[in-house]
Amino acid sequence: MVDATAIEPRGPKPKRAFSSTNIMLYGTLLLVSVYYLLPLYVMIVTSLKGMPEIRLGNVFAPPLEVTFEPWVKAWAEACTGVNCDGLSRGFWNSVAILIPSVAVSIAVASVSGYALANWRFRGSETFFTILIFGAFIPYQVMIYPIVIILRELGGFLGIQLMGSIWGLVIVHTIFGMPILTLLFRNYFTSVPEELFKAARVDGAGFWGIFFKIMVPMSLPIFVVAMILQVTGIWNDFLFGVIYTKPETYPMTVQLNNIVNSVQGVKEYNVNMAATLLTGLVPLTIYFVSGRLFVRGIAAGAVKG
Amino acid sequence: MAEATKRPNSLTRNLTAKIASLPMIATALVIFIGCTLWTIYHSFTRSRLLPAPDKWVGLDQYERLWNTRRWLVSIENLAIYGICSLILSLVIGFTLAALLDQKIRGENVFRTIFLYPFALSFIVTGLAWQWILNPQFGIQEVVRRWGLESFTFDPLNNADIAIYGILIAGIWQGSGFIMVIMLAGLRGIDEEIWKAARVDGIPTWKTYVFIIIPMMRPVFVTALVLIASGIIKVYDLVVAQTSGGPGIATEVPAKYVIEKMFLSQNLGQGFAASTMMLLSVLVVLIPWAYLEFGGKRRG
Amino acid sequence: MGGPHTSEDIEIEIPGTSSKEHSVSIQSLDLSFGAVEVLKNLNLDIEDGEFLVLLGSSGCGKSTLLNCIAGLLEITDGQIFIKGRNVTWAEPSERGIGMVFQSYALYPQMSVEGNLSFGLKNARMPKDQIAERVARAAEILQIEPLLKRKPGALSGGQRQRVAIGRALVRDVDVFLFDEPLSNLDAKLRADLRVELKQLHARLGNTMIYVTHDQVEAMTLADRIAIMKDGIIQQLAAPSEIYHRPVNKYVADFIGSPSMNFLEGFVQDGSFSGSAVSFPLVSYDFSRQDFTGAATFGIRPEHIVTGEAVTAAPVQLSVPVSVVEPLGADTLALTQLGGDPFWIRMEGEATVRAGDTLSIGFDPARGSLFDAQDEKRI
Repeated sequence: MVDATAIEPRGPKPKRAFSSTNIMLYGTLLLVSVYYLLPLYVMIVTSLKGMPEIRLGNVFAPPLEVTFEPWVKAWAEACTGVNCDGLSRGFWNSVAILIPSVAVSIAVASVSGYALANWRFRGSETFFTILIFGAFIPYQVMIYPIVIILRELGGFLGIQLMGSIWGLVIVHTIFGMPILTLLFRNYFTSVPEELFKAARVDGAGFWGIFFKIMVPMSLPIFVVAMILQVTGIWNDFLFGVIYTKPETYPMTVQLNNIVNSVQGVKEYNVNMAATLLTGLVPLTIYFVSGRLFVRGIAAGAVKG
Repeated sequence: MAEATKRPNSLTRNLTAKIASLPMIATALVIFIGCTLWTIYHSFTRSRLLPAPDKWVGLDQYERLWNTRRWLVSIENLAIYGICSLILSLVIGFTLAALLDQKIRGENVFRTIFLYPFALSFIVTGLAWQWILNPQFGIQEVVRRWGLESFTFDPLNNADIAIYGILIAGIWQGSGFIMVIMLAGLRGIDEEIWKAARVDGIPTWKTYVFIIIPMMRPVFVTALVLIASGIIKVYDLVVAQTSGGPGIATEVPAKYVIEKMFLSQNLGQGFAASTMMLLSVLVVLIPWAYLEFGGKRRG
Repeated sequence: MGGPHTSEDIEIEIPGTSSKEHSVSIQSLDLSFGAVEVLKNLNLDIEDGEFLVLLGSSGCGKSTLLNCIAGLLEITDGQIFIKGRNVTWAEPSERGIGMVFQSYALYPQMSVEGNLSFGLKNARMPKDQIAERVARAAEILQIEPLLKRKPGALSGGQRQRVAIGRALVRDVDVFLFDEPLSNLDAKLRADLRVELKQLHARLGNTMIYVTHDQVEAMTLADRIAIMKDGIIQQLAAPSEIYHRPVNKYVADFIGSPSMNFLEGFVQDGSFSGSAVSFPLVSYDFSRQDFTGAATFGIRPEHIVTGEAVTAAPVQLSVPVSVVEPLGADTLALTQLGGDPFWIRMEGEATVRAGDTLSIGFDPARGSLFDAQDEKRI
């Protein structure tokens, strides 16, 4: 060793790569990682096995013979009640729900956040406080009256809201509003006030400042909001099951119906393939967006 | 210019802003306040298949509720799940955050691993753990095949410990999120605090316990409120993992409400149960709001 | 939204008032936030082409006043006239003002050109005219090569030039500056200060300039308004403010190091303090036969040392405790009657801590303030 021969300490202090602290540290982290990774691993290996192999082997064993049959079956053939066209129906329903819900909820919340940050009016803070406290009210308390509102509003407008995708869009917009409005309000508040003043001196109004100044400089926060909403709405089960009909059930509801259906023989490999398929969209977003995802949930939560 | 001397009327001033805020105002007033009051009111009526605002029965629904075994089990489960998940989430979340804060290699990899379950829905979480905990093929069977013949771990079949099976899944899904919040809190602490502690020769663990954790009080409170508000909403996880079973061993209040409202067509019970849920939220929320906002105003 | 206004109970124009003759006129302006009164019954008339500096420490209301003039804050009471037009209820963009902010407030996603033309586009000005205005402003400020760049790619000084350009293109009568140089380093600040002065000379617009920096105020202003607690303490030319401060606050605020103050008593044209007493022979009294407790103030630079002491009407010796050589001149902190007493000497002065220094001054160069209301005597 170099430092053994040196009498005087000199240069960088020698570090030991395998100190007991480090072993403890990385050991703990690796062990915990196993707990977090296990379910994903088990789901994947199960979905790639045939049923006979599942009955014989243990859940942790890698597949002896890899088969994609369960994935195909989950996507195109799995049954819920009378329908046997697989999860694909739920997937496309979820897409059809997702796109307008994300667009409408972000549009409404960003404008609200902007108004709250830059155009305060009498009572605006009160409404905002109600909104934030509303985020803590259990959904169960409001679910039934909303059913009535959707039914009545649909009747009034002459369209069907209850049981249709548009009813669900409204519901997602409503319940996404507290966190999104908070997110946008906090972001727009952090934009220097002088910028807003300068734009007013330049003669820009409410919408002018919003579209020409605020939106172009807040693209990151829109991405964060989008990540938040896409995962949130994709993962929703409660609203889907209550406000839609079997034909328009989102993927999560359909998945639950497939896996937990009492009829027939349980096909664990198909179930796991279906589960993975449902988790694929948010997981992809999570792995692709990484830091923005973390930033979004942290910003939304810590300040709330 | 006539335009320039237009008197700003208090109602029409910022009119565009007000119009643009209408959806938010409507949500706040109609949904959050209106619908909540509507439900509370109807919990005092004999609503069954349809809301019956004119059939006032006082506290009957509540009396019946608290005499229903299924509701009592639900409350008990919520209490067990709530307390355990609160403690475990905070401990695990903080510990992991502190470990990741040691300037370790591969921090991003570990963080990605700990957080990815949070991207998954409760339905996916519940189904995955349903499969792993399946006594026929899951962990119990694997351990037995390793030679521990008497090993028993079948939370999903044993009514006594079934709720802990849900807990394992719940922690798996949500603790990474708490870790992220804690990590953000740790990173928000002034680097000079650490330098000062190092110069003073205070051991790392002592610095955490006596200096950092007290400084992170607001972060802990935020995490606490988030976990608590998540606990009361537990519904999908139970539906997917156990459907409330075995028997009624893993019933939770949220599930009770939905089933009374939409399956057994006993609206009054659903309203009363959901009002109880609201009440329990207020018990947590009001002291928090008082500490958080009342304190600030004084200071 | 050009509909008829509904409020008949309030008059709008005050014809024939003096406000017509001024570039900017503020009349009994009040501004409160809830119970907090920020500006109190404030009156201010600014001449055409004048460079007026609003000076004060933070929280004195100077920026608030500027925002009121710009129309960015709703006032509680009073009126604001710009070029004789009552703009009290007008939108900021309709007031004929341009504004330059401390943080530059450039729109980050627009190019320099976009920043300059944004206001004109909002005013629906024809394209060729916009181009003409932008080119002219760019030429005046020498930012032509930067026109296509984004603000993020500019240095602090360049950004501030663009911000000034944004006010320039509007071709307005009144420029408002809100601490425009505070974010720049000392060297650049001095350079831009000179440029601003040249710009004012060239354009001849009315400029209202908020700062807390007394050097900026003294060098740029035609008149300075010193504010404290929402009230203008003194409105006068820089030299007047420096030589004849109306009260102790103004005297203390202007000058660095600040004026030395001696507590004492004035009677029969003489000042008697605990450490020193002297007749006020040539002092220019504002209140002739004043008798009572008073504070005498004298600036460190009005104290003489060395041979000049013999000619001074008041002479004394003081112990030196700290010496601060600044190069161009040397500051000495001494004690007079137990109070700190600063003296400014030439740069070559060879005084050391511990020395006893002979000093002298002429009371006529000092200022006397009533100890009760702190007003000039």
